[in-house]
Amino acid sequence: MGQIQLKQVTKSFGDVQVIPPLDLTIKDGEFTVFVGPSGCGKSTLLRLIAGLEDITSGHIEIDGTDATDLVPAKRGLAMVFQSYALYPHMSVRKNIAFPLRMAKMDQSEIDRRVNAAAEVLNLADYIDRKPGQLSGGQRQRVAIGRAIVREPSAFLFDEPLSNLDAALRVGMRMEISELHKKLATTMVYVTHDQVEAMTMADKIVVLQAGVIEQVGSPLELYRAPRNTFVAGFIGSPKMNLITGEEATKHNAATIGIRPEHIDVVQSDGMWQGTVGVAEHLGSDTFFHIHNTGLAETLTVRAIGDISLTHGDTIHLNPRMDELHRFDAGGLRIA
Amino acid sequence: MARSVTPRRKLLNTTVAWAIGLLIFFPILWTILTSFKSEAQAIAAPPIFLGFDWTLENYRVVLERSDYARFLWNSIIIAGLSTVLGCIIAVPAAWSMAFVPSRRTKDILLWMLSTKMLPAVGVLYPIYLIFIELGLLDSRAGLVVVLMLINLPIIVWMLYTYFKEIPGEILEAARMDGATLRQELLYVLTPMAIPGIASTLLLNFILAWNEAFWTLNLTAVNAAPLTAFIASYSSPEGLFFAKLSAASTMAIAPILILGWFSQKQLVRGLTFGAVK
Repeated sequence: MGQIQLKQVTKSFGDVQVIPPLDLTIKDGEFTVFVGPSGCGKSTLLRLIAGLEDITSGHIEIDGTDATDLVPAKRGLAMVFQSYALYPHMSVRKNIAFPLRMAKMDQSEIDRRVNAAAEVLNLADYIDRKPGQLSGGQRQRVAIGRAIVREPSAFLFDEPLSNLDAALRVGMRMEISELHKKLATTMVYVTHDQVEAMTMADKIVVLQAGVIEQVGSPLELYRAPRNTFVAGFIGSPKMNLITGEEATKHNAATIGIRPEHIDVVQSDGMWQGTVGVAEHLGSDTFFHIHNTGLAETLTVRAIGDISLTHGDTIHLNPRMDELHRFDAGGLRIA
Repeated sequence: MARSVTPRRKLLNTTVAWAIGLLIFFPILWTILTSFKSEAQAIAAPPIFLGFDWTLENYRVVLERSDYARFLWNSIIIAGLSTVLGCIIAVPAAWSMAFVPSRRTKDILLWMLSTKMLPAVGVLYPIYLIFIELGLLDSRAGLVVVLMLINLPIIVWMLYTYFKEIPGEILEAARMDGATLRQELLYVLTPMAIPGIASTLLLNFILAWNEAFWTLNLTAVNAAPLTAFIASYSSPEGLFFAKLSAASTMAIAPILILGWFSQKQLVRGLTFGAVK
């Protein structure tokens, strides 16, 4: 079991309130991702759940019991840190065994669990090495190993992949997702990378300045962002957000259209502009379009290799059924 | 690209480095050499460098006249206990400053260090009076406390610097893993800080061993350490350079040997954190 409930939780550092009253339920077995720009309070929120920071007011319940005043060790949660936080003076084996030793578990049971974890995480070959002799990816696996041997009711991940290079990051992303499928244990994962959020999460919690902007599945957030912040944050490249006269035509203060929902046409498009920077990714090409008569630069995705270069004129047609409308307060108009 | 050094340049650098090293070490070398001379040769002009009649006479006289073992024992006790006591107080202090700092932590550290800028003689009078009042004059216990206190700012500073290098996330990981505060200190922090703690202890022991102002002013007979032993040869019987040198050599020998054997640890500790 691993249901985590936050009830009217707040956190202040001195006079600065970083988390205004916040309610959130993380269901048992769910992979929940906290995502937001840096400084949005997502790591603080995770540390509050872990018990590494004291909450200023409110309650935290884990599996229905009040854990607000429990020390981290008593909450039954395991955490994987951004810096891996391995014990540098201990071998991989001792690192993984540490939480079990602290729990005064039998040596034979410790050995069994450590060996099992090493097997799952492909660490058997390095088991007697010190963390200093391991690569970044291997260290990250040891940190995960140290978390899984405890068989916690939930895992907490604090930007675990941000110290890895791009290729390794994609691999570890898959491994963590696989692990979640295998263990079916609640996971709470903090990242600033919306791609990680979209690919891994069952549920995404978008945060800004300590406030939850929207909670939902990746596709819910993609299809129906609740406000302009979520609209701009989820999806890559960003959604085009257009204000002014063009928005007024659609009875909105702001309209949004994703780059993949604008078609490049030969002539007579709704918008016309000149091509700025073109980013060729092979499968897709992203054009940045200027001089459309709109205040904003537009980003447009075209499939495959399109032979338009800097300064060319381009005609564009947004798909009207994919248009998002927002009011003056930035909230979605249904 | 690495900087290229021509062999000539290398030779020059090495020669200069050795020359400076010898210059710094020369007074100690001269003291040791003088200790093996007769009193007449010790004050000969021009001075004799090596071509003198080597003799152990001075050592015999010094050992006969004074109880070297007692001074040595006092030095060991005073330097050792003040170091251990200082560490017992400084470790938790540095710990809390490094890992649970308050807004005033930096100020407290600076304030502690500022006490080292005060000339010791400025507080001699009050401390002397306190010692008389408490009956601590010429007692080892009194000196242990005073030496511990004057070195405490340095120990706290050094330990604080080492502890600051230990990432907080590792301690948090230990906390998540179920370690109690005691286990966190014992199994995680101390093993990681051992080079720092060891070099701090060593440096503090050397400082306490060499301390002369307080040991000379606050002791007479019973608690006098080796610094007082040297001083006792400097005036009362006129200038006996050879015997003074023999006494000095005997006083600095233990700490010199300790320093020699622990130099690796000392250098590592003193440059800890300079290169990550």
